Amino acid sequence: MKVRAQFAFVFNMDKCIGCHTCSVTCKNTWTNRKGVEYVWFNNVESKPGIGYPKNWEDQERWKGGWELRDGKLELKSGGRASKLLNIFANPDLPQIDDYYEPFTYNYARLQNAPLSEAAPTARPLSMITGDPMEKITWGPNWEDDLAGEFAKRSVDKNLDNVQKDMLGQFENTFNLYLPRICNHCMNPACVAACPSGSLYKREEDGIVLVDQDKCRGWRFCQSACPYKKVFYNWESGKAEKCIACYPRVESGMPTVCSESCVGRIRYNGIMLYDADRIEELASTANEQDLYEAHCKIFLDPNDPAVIAAARAEGINEDWIIAAQKSPIWKMAIEWKIAFPLHPEFRTLPMVWYVPPLSPVQSQIDQGSLPVGPDGAIPLASAMRTPTKYLANLMTAGKEEPIRNALNRMIAMRSYYRSLNVEGKADTRALETVGLTEDQVKEMYRYLALAAYEDRFVIPTSHQEERMDDAYGFQGQNGFTFGNDSSLGISKITLFPRRRKETPEPAELAPSADK
Amino acid sequence: MNEVTFDWSLNYFLFGLYPYIALSVFVIGSWIRFDREQYGWTSASSQILSTANMRLASNLFHIGVIGIFFGHLIGLLAPFAIWHTIGLSSLGKQSIAMYGGGFLGVLAMIGGLMLLSRRLTNRRVRATSRTSDIFILVWVLVTLFFGLATTFTTFHHAAEGSADTMMSLAQWAKSIVLFDAKPELVAKVEPVFQIHLALGLTLFLLFPFTRLVHIWSFPIGYLTRSYQIVRTKRNLPIAR
Repeated sequence: MKVRAQFAFVFNMDKCIGCHTCSVTCKNTWTNRKGVEYVWFNNVESKPGIGYPKNWEDQERWKGGWELRDGKLELKSGGRASKLLNIFANPDLPQIDDYYEPFTYNYARLQNAPLSEAAPTARPLSMITGDPMEKITWGPNWEDDLAGEFAKRSVDKNLDNVQKDMLGQFENTFNLYLPRICNHCMNPACVAACPSGSLYKREEDGIVLVDQDKCRGWRFCQSACPYKKVFYNWESGKAEKCIACYPRVESGMPTVCSESCVGRIRYNGIMLYDADRIEELASTANEQDLYEAHCKIFLDPNDPAVIAAARAEGINEDWIIAAQKSPIWKMAIEWKIAFPLHPEFRTLPMVWYVPPLSPVQSQIDQGSLPVGPDGAIPLASAMRTPTKYLANLMTAGKEEPIRNALNRMIAMRSYYRSLNVEGKADTRALETVGLTEDQVKEMYRYLALAAYEDRFVIPTSHQEERMDDAYGFQGQNGFTFGNDSSLGISKITLFPRRRKETPEPAELAPSADK
Repeated sequence: MNEVTFDWSLNYFLFGLYPYIALSVFVIGSWIRFDREQYGWTSASSQILSTANMRLASNLFHIGVIGIFFGHLIGLLAPFAIWHTIGLSSLGKQSIAMYGGGFLGVLAMIGGLMLLSRRLTNRRVRATSRTSDIFILVWVLVTLFFGLATTFTTFHHAAEGSADTMMSLAQWAKSIVLFDAKPELVAKVEPVFQIHLALGLTLFLLFPFTRLVHIWSFPIGYLTRSYQIVRTKRNLPIAR
């Protein structure tokens, strides 16, 4: 047993309102630079839909993630030799249009246009070429709230094996929001596919990063990531990805996307797992067993044997305590209401999701839905979102775990309804789903109240143990000579460096008195 | 006291001194850049902006250029004894160079022209190109053009049953790497060879200042590496 700690997430889709605050705060913090205009480390997709980039879930097309070849785990895009043979032109690389061509608007025109009959317009400009764009035909969130025809959205891979035709009808339509970041996988395909070895997983917290100095722009990480969450900065010629806001996390703060989530749907915490079992469990033969296999890799942070092994590995006491208080552990393992996204990609992703119940209030009012023993809350099978669809998203199509999770969430509502409406506890629903009153009270605290200190249980990193002289380092962090600080230090360099001009017209509008 | 004499001719400069200047800049410049400026050390791929034709163009160009590079390396620097041992005459060696090099040169030329036209006419690629990207590609293609042109001259030599030019160029190359420069060996060859040599040597000079540095980084080590990489911040005992 090799105990390692993993910084992990749960996103409660049941409470996501699709406001994109996470995307915007992340964008403003990390990717508001030249070369990464098209990059969203965090984005929120409306499902069903094809997403960002287009059809990212279709691995027959993009060849992301892993597959089993003769029972052995291999990159779906091919092994090491095939990588080197394809290094001059990656056959599986998306083009920027699969994300979208980044654009801005010629805002200056609104102020400096000559006097005319018609009001001046700010035309869109490409942020790559600076040229005017005739028409914007795709964007980072083109399908927001089910925009566009069903025919186009229905290409969504998760609708395979779901009765699509019926869902196209307005009466049967459903919508859910899927917020996505890098999954900081335990078996990352991007790391495995990087020929220069620039991508790595941190031993301390499992965060997956790109070494910007070591990256050579071979761009296999971008195609190998089945979630398409590694991006190529066309200005620097290097790969960039979500860094799990490690400078914040190391000092005990949640990631920017989690902190700014207005719906309080995001949970950050520590999970202990057995690094010796990664390959074995990721090689589980049947795709539908991968979710259960993934659950097996986690170690119970309250088990004395695990605690002893964790200490032996040098995991600090506060990290073990954080693992015991981890909201991720509670949701994923204790209550079984959180699931990994697309376990069939075999990367063992570490952002887990609580499936959404669907709002069905008007249908209940009309009495047209089958309801549970409380006579008020509908059954999971009667929900608007097909459980098959959710299962395709989170359990490789196995519906039972999803249905159980939905039933537990419903039972929690039923129990609290009896408390608040009837005035006395009705535990019938709890008994059917196998939850105790204490458990459901804790679930309620985490899911409904979702207090800050319950959502974010993040131990600080232990830099002091890793430096010979922590005091000597004090005050130097972030300040370096050479070109690894953002502006560099010398005015003249023989070697090429990043350009900073933007394609947006820089000329100033005339002042009002002219 | 002996008077120090110095040969001020262009021939001596280009083929006696310049190779050392170019190779020194190549090695020391690459070293300094690798040491100090790794953030800019990249293949600078533009495939994401436009993938159309990239598989054909880029593969043709790279396979051609790599083949030519190793052809030059072996053809110019391998000791003559090796060819004697395997029973290859200098004329035979010349025809391998001619046909093999010519073929690879044509591949690289087709791919290179496709890449150049993409770089100049594709709006996105053009807009995101550095001046040095365009400059170095043109330089490679001009060098390649003169390299292909020498093939025709060699063809005449071969028709006359002579491999002297080829042999003296190989001897010159060896004289350079053995620090016993004999620029007079190049003085006698046709100008087309001389131009090709000067352009080619300049590629080494330009190398550290352009995207060409990615050649150093061809990730051959990937073949034997384990898939997953874990880095620790712990103070591991390392030799200091």
